[in-house]
Amino acid sequence: MSFTTLTRRALLAAGTAGALAFAAPAAAQTPPGVLIVGQIAEPQALDPAAVTAVNDFRILVNIYDGLVQYADGTLEVAPALATDWEISEDGTEYTFNLRDDVTFHDGSAFNAEAVVFNFERMLNEDHPYYDTGPFPLSFNFSAIDTVEAVDEYTVKFTLSEPFAPFLSNLAYPTGLIVSPAAVMEHGQDFGRNPSGTGPFRFGEWRSNEAVVVEANPDYWGDAPELEAVVFRPITDANTRTAEMLAGGIDLMVEVPPVALSEFEETDAYQIYEQAGPHVWFLILNLREGPFTDQLVRQAANYAVNKTALVEDVLEGTAAVSAGPIPPAFNWAYNEELEPYPYDPDRARELLAEAGVENPEVTFFVTEGGSGMLDPVAMGTAIQADLEAVGFDVTIETYEWNTFLGEVNPGLEGKADMAEMAWMTNDPDTLPFLTLRTAAWPEEGGFNSGYYSNEEVDALLDQARVATSQDERAELYREVQQIVQEDAPWVFVANWKQNAVSNERVEGFSLQPSFLLELGDVSKD
Amino acid sequence: MGSYILKRLLSAIPVLLGISVIVFLIMAMIPGDPATAILGSYATPENVARINRDLGLDQPLVARYFIWLGNMLTGDFGRSFSLNRPVLDEVLDRFGATMILAGTAFVLCSILGVAAGVVSAARQYGFADKAITFVVLIGISIPSFFLGMMMILIFAVNLRWFPVSGMWPIYGGRTLWSLLDHLIMPALALAVVATGVIARLARSAMLEVLRQDYIRTARAKGVHERSVIWRHALRAAMVSIIPVLGIQAGFVLSGAVYIEIVFQWPGVGRMLVDAILTRDILLVQGGVVFVAACYVLFNIAVDVAQSLLDPRIKT
Repeated sequence: MSFTTLTRRALLAAGTAGALAFAAPAAAQTPPGVLIVGQIAEPQALDPAAVTAVNDFRILVNIYDGLVQYADGTLEVAPALATDWEISEDGTEYTFNLRDDVTFHDGSAFNAEAVVFNFERMLNEDHPYYDTGPFPLSFNFSAIDTVEAVDEYTVKFTLSEPFAPFLSNLAYPTGLIVSPAAVMEHGQDFGRNPSGTGPFRFGEWRSNEAVVVEANPDYWGDAPELEAVVFRPITDANTRTAEMLAGGIDLMVEVPPVALSEFEETDAYQIYEQAGPHVWFLILNLREGPFTDQLVRQAANYAVNKTALVEDVLEGTAAVSAGPIPPAFNWAYNEELEPYPYDPDRARELLAEAGVENPEVTFFVTEGGSGMLDPVAMGTAIQADLEAVGFDVTIETYEWNTFLGEVNPGLEGKADMAEMAWMTNDPDTLPFLTLRTAAWPEEGGFNSGYYSNEEVDALLDQARVATSQDERAELYREVQQIVQEDAPWVFVANWKQNAVSNERVEGFSLQPSFLLELGDVSKD
Repeated sequence: MGSYILKRLLSAIPVLLGISVIVFLIMAMIPGDPATAILGSYATPENVARINRDLGLDQPLVARYFIWLGNMLTGDFGRSFSLNRPVLDEVLDRFGATMILAGTAFVLCSILGVAAGVVSAARQYGFADKAITFVVLIGISIPSFFLGMMMILIFAVNLRWFPVSGMWPIYGGRTLWSLLDHLIMPALALAVVATGVIARLARSAMLEVLRQDYIRTARAKGVHERSVIWRHALRAAMVSIIPVLGIQAGFVLSGAVYIEIVFQWPGVGRMLVDAILTRDILLVQGGVVFVAACYVLFNIAVDVAQSLLDPRIKT
């Protein structure tokens, strides 16, 4: 008997000793000069032409440069690998002068031929390295007819038609320039062996653990302050928050709204917020059902308490939206536009005026998805608001990919209303793809609610071929005015991206593009 | 014995073929396709068609199945589009991580569960029995992902004894020590439920055996009680405990999915969840077939072990 007791005690002692011994290394802090970033998922690839997720772009913009970039803190286009450019009178020829002092991380030279290689690879099905795709966002450049190297440091793009968002699209990560030599060397595995010209060069990729990038000592711009950045994929938001609290990461993006208060309580953390080019809205079905009547659509806009949604459901991580173009596009945004106020009485009046009583509405809600914020909770709150003024709302909930499969082909015969969110890089993109008559689903667009207004169509077409930013801005402001009045959507929210860092991180700021520029960040 | 093993191995082939058909059909029927998942809100019919063509998804269903099966038989599981690397590389990487986690949890729950069951049975209705039954009931009732989150909150965030998540330290070498450091919490969280189940079954199996005549004879002969329980009774009881262990191994493996997500363990469960959400068809199919094959093999091993222990089971 005494023997068993002894054994048990010995076991306990051994167990405790073991636990304490394991505990020691965990207390170590992350090293200075090395920034550890909590990402929301494992990147798909580190090939800018092959990926679509913001999560991947956040790494890529640190490894690569584009011909142009978004200027710090804005969505306006500024020089990067191209020092300057000329646009022909008719808006179809873009000639870029390139920097002559840039080499890729693998040592090969950056020049006009490299630029040509990049766009040919993406767009020309006969290109020998087209098979390193697929390139899902290459349609951003579908307006390109030819790309040619005029001389070693001059490259000319000829477009098949004038296309004003072309420069914005070049600044988008799909336009980042990769090393042709590295593509030739690694072929399909280039996405795991990236080489660009950016402030950081690729170090290693340990699957599902970390992507490590190191400072590029030969960077053509200001050398980065950090020695290295480690991107850790932590898909579970609670675990990501726990890592931040435990000191396992220095910086995290997309902090769950409910976790923000945890970080607000102490000075040990810094919270960042930045409104981005994002719109969260409800598509209304204009082809059939109650929303064919403009008064009913406006009633829905008055009925939904947007302020409560962004303050309570989203805990302040979004702002109330006024129209189809988010304010992050400051140069094209219509400042005079006021959001539909929350006014249930006005909504009831409009319903009475329209002569409908308790209109029945089928509402498609998704469980979650890119940029959808907290769609189930928002859907439920919206349902309650609409029912309060007399709508009779039935919610149908779908998993994200299933949801897209239902909504993108159009709502006809299925639903009267659906949640949707978009993040774009140019004020043109969202209205062009979702509000034009020529963008109805049967035409291959995303106008799933079948909105149609000839005036809007004309204005958008005009804005596309205008090459002056001021002229474009004027046209977009007019579009916003008309669309708000027509109310083909319920305009709900513009997401403010957030991030949290610990006190050791300095010089960080979020960009309206939702990208993560780490060149100026330091950590002690 | 050799022919028995061979027979069992042969019978596994139709099982695996069936699994390959089922997982293939499920992935074909699941709403939403890879192109939509890749393109998100940019999924115009035109773009979807282009991506489907690039991925070879424009072929007829039957042709796709046989291309996949044929390639798999030559060891080519295809390429994961969401991770941009060969499926087999990814599955092997991830399966190794899962085996470390699930294997540790399985060893833990087997030893703890059997020990708890034996002690309970030996002290039937005594204090130890009641205490163990109480703890076991709690263990069975707590969902493992909740337990995992609580462990993270207490031992990683507040006490900082262990790292929150991951399998290896982000900095510093990959030592056995650092692995154990990351492994303890997830392995314990994963083992808890199975430990409870095994303990309860081990207890009743032991009680059954302890009532047998030969045990009474052994005691009458003056064999030490410890020896009676651990040597005579447990050996006999193991015959009915081992199949339970086999079944629990399956539960541990599937339970690993939650634990891998909570603790961000780079295992095959988390891989499958991500792959399903991104509609990475080849990765899901390859992963499921691989895991199923391992599970089938494991079950054969359990049956063989059982027949070795109990000569009454015909081979």
